[in-house]
Amino acid sequence: MKTNYLHVHRLRRVYVWELPVRYYHWLNALAIIALIITGFLIASPLALQSNQEATNRFVMGWVRVIHFIAAYIFFFNFLFRIYWGFAGNKYANWKQFIPTSKKFIKEMWTVFKIDILMLRGKEHISIGHNAMAGFIYFLTFWAFLIQCLTGFGLYASTATWWLPKLFSWVPTLFGGDILTRQVHHWTMWFFILFAVIHVYLVFYHDYVEGRGEISSMGGGWKFIEEDVFHDEEFHTPNKHDSNRHKPKKTTTDES
Amino acid sequence: MSNELVPTKQPTYYEEVERKGYSRRDFLQFVSMMTAFIGLENSAIGQVAKALETKPRVPVIWLHFQECTCCSESFIRSSHPIVADILLDKISLDYTETLMAASGFQAEEAMQNTMKKYKGEYILCVEGSVPMGADGVYCMIGGKTSLQILEEAAEGAKAIIAWGSCASNGCVQAAKPNPTQATPIHKLVKGKPVIKVPGCPPIGEVMAGVIVHLVTFDRIPELDGLGRPKAFYSKRVHDTCYRRPFYDAGLYVESFDDANARKGYCLYKVGCKGPSTYNACGVMKWNNGTSFPIQSGHGCIGCSEENYWDNGRLYDRASSFAGFGIEANADTFGKVALGVTGAALAGHAVMTNVKKKKLIRNLEDEGKQSEHELKS
Repeated sequence: MKTNYLHVHRLRRVYVWELPVRYYHWLNALAIIALIITGFLIASPLALQSNQEATNRFVMGWVRVIHFIAAYIFFFNFLFRIYWGFAGNKYANWKQFIPTSKKFIKEMWTVFKIDILMLRGKEHISIGHNAMAGFIYFLTFWAFLIQCLTGFGLYASTATWWLPKLFSWVPTLFGGDILTRQVHHWTMWFFILFAVIHVYLVFYHDYVEGRGEISSMGGGWKFIEEDVFHDEEFHTPNKHDSNRHKPKKTTTDES
Repeated sequence: MSNELVPTKQPTYYEEVERKGYSRRDFLQFVSMMTAFIGLENSAIGQVAKALETKPRVPVIWLHFQECTCCSESFIRSSHPIVADILLDKISLDYTETLMAASGFQAEEAMQNTMKKYKGEYILCVEGSVPMGADGVYCMIGGKTSLQILEEAAEGAKAIIAWGSCASNGCVQAAKPNPTQATPIHKLVKGKPVIKVPGCPPIGEVMAGVIVHLVTFDRIPELDGLGRPKAFYSKRVHDTCYRRPFYDAGLYVESFDDANARKGYCLYKVGCKGPSTYNACGVMKWNNGTSFPIQSGHGCIGCSEENYWDNGRLYDRASSFAGFGIEANADTFGKVALGVTGAALAGHAVMTNVKKKKLIRNLEDEGKQSEHELKS
C-alpha cells in the first residue's frame, strides 16, 4: 500500500432508484425544459418576419401546443410521483421529503454544515436523498402544484375538456388572469434556479463521495461501502417500514 | 321624477317608448338587439318584448362616489337611442347626481321617497368606489359619507349593480398606495346580490343588457367566479380579437411606428392585455360598433381587470418588480438570481477542492490502487 491511511472499501450495489422513479425523473426533466423554453417564447415571442399570409402560419400556435402537451405530461407525471411516494421503495417514500422527525431535522443541519458551509465534521453518508435534498424536493412539489394550478387555471377559460376546467377557480383567487399569469411566470424562475443547483450538486456528490451519484439516475444503482450497512445513522432520515420490499432487518430509531 | 310619497302605478317600458314617439318597429329592433347582447336565443325575443310591454318600469337609484362619470357617459352613448331614452331617462332614474334636474334638499328628498316607496323593489346602481380612509371624508354628499349613503340605499335594494371598475374593484383610486382607501362595493355590502360590470367604462350595451336582463327575468343574470355577468365577461378580448390570426402566426408589432403596425399585426409585444382581459370589446365594440382600442392600433390595457393599474405596465406584457426599479421585471430579478447562484456554485466548487482535499485524495488513491491491482 502506498499510503498508510488508505483503506480500500468493499462496495455493495444498492438499487436506490427504481425504474418508475427514473422514468419519472427524465420525463419530468424533458417536460420542464420544454415548458421553460416555450414559456419564455410565449412571454416574449421572437421577432419573426414573413411574406406568408397569417392564415398559413401557426408558429405561435405550435409553441403553445407544445407548452400545453408538455403541461399535461408534467401534470400526470407529477400525480404518478405522488402515487409512487406510497407505492415505491424506501428511498422514494413520501417520508423522505417531509421533516417529521428530530433525526430528519438533525440530518438537514448536518448536511448544511458539512456540504454547504463545508465546516469540519464527520462526513455524512446518504444512500437515497439526504434530508436537505428531500426537503428541497418537498418545496419543488409545492412549486409543481403552483405551476399546475396557475397554468391550468389560465388554460381553463379556453379549454373544452372538463379536467382543465376544474381549475377555473384559480384566477378568481388572484382577481384575474393578469396576476395569475405573473405568478406562473415568477414560479418558473424557481425551476431554473433549482435545475442549476440540482445539476451542480449531483456532480459535487459524485466527486466527493464516489458512489455513482450521476449514474444512479440511469441504472438506479448506488455503490455503498459495506460498513455503512451496519451503521444505523446512515439509513434513511425518516424511518420507513420496509418489510414488504426487502427481507432486510427492520431499522430501529437511534437512542 | 316624482316627489309624492304615495306609490303611483308605474308605466311599463313600452308605454314610455310609445309616449316618447318611437315606433313599434324601433321597439322590436331594440328588443332583438338586447336579446342578442344578453346572450339569449332568437326565440327569447318574444319573452323580452313581453316583459318590457307588461312590466312596470323598475325604479332605479344611481349613486356616484369616487369616479369620473365615464360609466354614465358610456351608458347614454350606447348604440340604440332607446337605451338612453328609456332605460336611463325613464327607467325612472329617481336619483342620480349627474343627470337629475333637482338639487339640494329636493334631490335628497327624491332619493328618500324612492327608497321608502319602493323598498325592496328598486335597483341600486353604484358608480365609483367608496373611500374608507379618514372616516370617509374624501367623498361626502349632502353631509353624509359615501359609506353612509351606500348602506342606507343598499338596505332596501332588490339588487345592486356595481358599474365600472371603480365600484367593481376600486380602479385607479385604489392604486397603490390607495390614499383614500378606495373600496369596491362588494366588500362593503353584505347579504345583497352585487352584479359587477367592470370596465373603465363598461360598454354601454353591456350596461343596458344587464338592466334588460333584470327587468325581463326578474333575477340577476348568471355570474362568473368574480361576480361578472357570464354573457359579457366569459371570453377574453384575445379570443374574440380580429387580430388573433397574427398572434397565432407569430407576427407581432414590435414598436408602434414599424411596418408591422401598419400591416395590422398583433399588438401582444407592445403590451396588449387582451390575453388576460375578460370583456366583450372584440364583439360589441364601442360607439355604435365603430371600433375598439385594438382596432384603432393600441393594445388593450385590461381596464376591466382587477388591479390593472398596479399589476401591469401599459406597454409591456411583464409587470414591474418591486424593489428593482421601474424598468425591472421578474426576468431581471431572475437573471440576477441566476448570476448570484452561478457565482455561489463556482465558489462552492473551488472551496470543495480546498476543504475536502483529503476526502477527494483518498477516493483518488483508492481508485488508483484498484487500477494498479488490475493486471491489464
